[in-house]
Amino acid sequence: MIHGIGIVFLITSAITVAGALAAALLKNLIHCVLCLSITLAGLALLYLQLDAQFAGFAQILVYIGAVAILVVFAILLTRGAGIPEYRNVSSSWLVSLVIAAAIFALLTWAVIRSFPATAAGAAPGATVQSIGSALMSTYVLPLEIVAVLLTVALIGAVIVAMPESGAAGKSIEKGGAQ
Amino acid sequence: MSFIQSMDQIFITLQHWIAGLFPLWLQPAVMAILAVVAILGAFPAIFAVTTVLERKGLGRMQNRLGPNRVGPLGILQPVADGIKSLTKEDIVPFTADGLVHFLAPLVLVTAVFLGFAVLPIGRNMVLVNMDAGLFFFFAIGASVELSIFMAGWSSRNKYSLLGAMRAIAQMISYEVPLLLSSVVAVMITGSLSTTKIVEAQSGFTGIFPHWYVFTPWGFAGFILFVIAALAETNRSPFDLPEGESELVAGYFTEYSGFKFALFFLGEYLGMLSIAGFGITLFLGGWGAPFSFLGFIPSWLWFFLKLFAAISFFIWLRGTLPRLRQDQLMNFAWKFMLPMALLNLVVAGAWRFLGEGWQRWIICSVVLLAAYFLLGRTLMRHQKLGPRSYRYAE
Amino acid sequence: MTPLAGFLIVAALVFAIGLAIALTRRNAILVLVGIELMLNAANLNLIAFWRFSPHAANSLTGMMFAIFSIAVAAAEAAVGLGLVIAYHRHTKTTDLDAMTRMRG
Repeated sequence: MIHGIGIVFLITSAITVAGALAAALLKNLIHCVLCLSITLAGLALLYLQLDAQFAGFAQILVYIGAVAILVVFAILLTRGAGIPEYRNVSSSWLVSLVIAAAIFALLTWAVIRSFPATAAGAAPGATVQSIGSALMSTYVLPLEIVAVLLTVALIGAVIVAMPESGAAGKSIEKGGAQ
Repeated sequence: MSFIQSMDQIFITLQHWIAGLFPLWLQPAVMAILAVVAILGAFPAIFAVTTVLERKGLGRMQNRLGPNRVGPLGILQPVADGIKSLTKEDIVPFTADGLVHFLAPLVLVTAVFLGFAVLPIGRNMVLVNMDAGLFFFFAIGASVELSIFMAGWSSRNKYSLLGAMRAIAQMISYEVPLLLSSVVAVMITGSLSTTKIVEAQSGFTGIFPHWYVFTPWGFAGFILFVIAALAETNRSPFDLPEGESELVAGYFTEYSGFKFALFFLGEYLGMLSIAGFGITLFLGGWGAPFSFLGFIPSWLWFFLKLFAAISFFIWLRGTLPRLRQDQLMNFAWKFMLPMALLNLVVAGAWRFLGEGWQRWIICSVVLLAAYFLLGRTLMRHQKLGPRSYRYAE
Repeated sequence: MTPLAGFLIVAALVFAIGLAIALTRRNAILVLVGIELMLNAANLNLIAFWRFSPHAANSLTGMMFAIFSIAVAAAEAAVGLGLVIAYHRHTKTTDLDAMTRMRG
């Protein structure tokens, strides 16, 4: 459903970029994460404009419904919810900004200088049924590998973040309770 | 069209007639706007009726009358509630985070209203016939958790934050059994589109319908879906995050006036929409329960089933005690998740065992055996004696 | 400017902002936020190229790649945040400039 650069695309990309900029500039960490959620929702809308329905809804379900909540929980568990007591940006911020701007300039130059693509064809029939049959036939190996990867990653994250449950852990617990 | 069919499609005919009064280039927009206005009008009206039903119903179950002052038998109570919530002073705590505090109820209500877009209310009566409609509903439901966190954290109140954390943990834990128990219906239908799921259940053998709830895996899936739906919408017996005796009012402690009304509206509309999806997935959507009752319009059947589901939720609220947080989480991860996964396997076996009475026996026996074994294993440390009664002297 | 170029420039912009967040901010969790933004920008690139390619009608490669990338990014966010929480439990700070000294 793309007919040139329309008003819907401009508004959605403005929301996305504004959310990303706000996530970069705000001091309060929770505000940064909420602006990240706005960016992720804007990106999901862009996927829907590109006729990738499944990817758009998966983006909302996984990123906004799970990853944003995960980041928020991590912020609350590390007590970063107030105004931080140290400075906002690290000591080498100017160099980092120059690098980011240079990469953006390089990518944009590459996009604009490449030969113009043809107009958008008909919408590819990416029905859920075709995705399902593709997942079970062509992409079954990546599917199983991703399943194993997710299991390993979640078990690993739980073990890494679990509190110490030995004598050292008990003494820390006792000391903290007083 | 016969009279029955014209009554069935009366709203569609009305929509086309009103759109016909506009020029051709404006007609799609007008049809969409009319459908949206109908949803925005109908479901808050059902919400108003639900509040009266709940208060009167709970009152009768607790051996007292409900509200009976406003209007005959108290049925105009929502009007009084609406006027009260609109005219109450809107108190925002001084240290609260202003913008986030203001946006939280808006995000909740927006997300809940968006979920109604793929609900098939009658034959041909769905707002957007999306290919991945059910997935859209669950994705939007996952965004509700973010608004609950925004409400709890922006109030700068320990009770609110605690209630919000409990609510989010509960919602995330029960989202997995909710999704898995609905995947069963999707698997047998072969499509994520809600209209196709309803149409797959619209046949009759003799006088009995092909609803999924009348199959072993469908029955188990329906029970799991109802329990997970109760937990997703923070209804009793899973209402620890908002229990008045526990946490004042949980994550909306610091909200008053119209914002509290918006939270209330969002919670009840969430209950209505998830009940609607339970009906779509397992109870045959807008289909009639017996083939000789097909003369009743499809939208009327949907609303009757919705009314039955809401009454069942109210009945559960008045009957069951509240579950503790650790009991809640244990139940979700240790009982419902294995049962939902086993249900998937049983549904797959059902599909491939072929027609006949054998598959009914095999699937029912497997599910019942798993239920008993899992239940007994998880309850082996509980010392439950015979029931004893204590009466007031 | 074709629509494809528009989508690619938006993706490049979000990527650059994510890179800036990951390089400039001082809190470890915000670095992970920046990494998530970069992964999302790459996903947008993938789906835009899939949509505008002349072979899109019979191959789902771009969208499949993006879906797997979403799954892997979620797993990586979980592990990264677990590491940050474990480090905070040990040193009570999430300041990256303090972490670089690797003291304690």
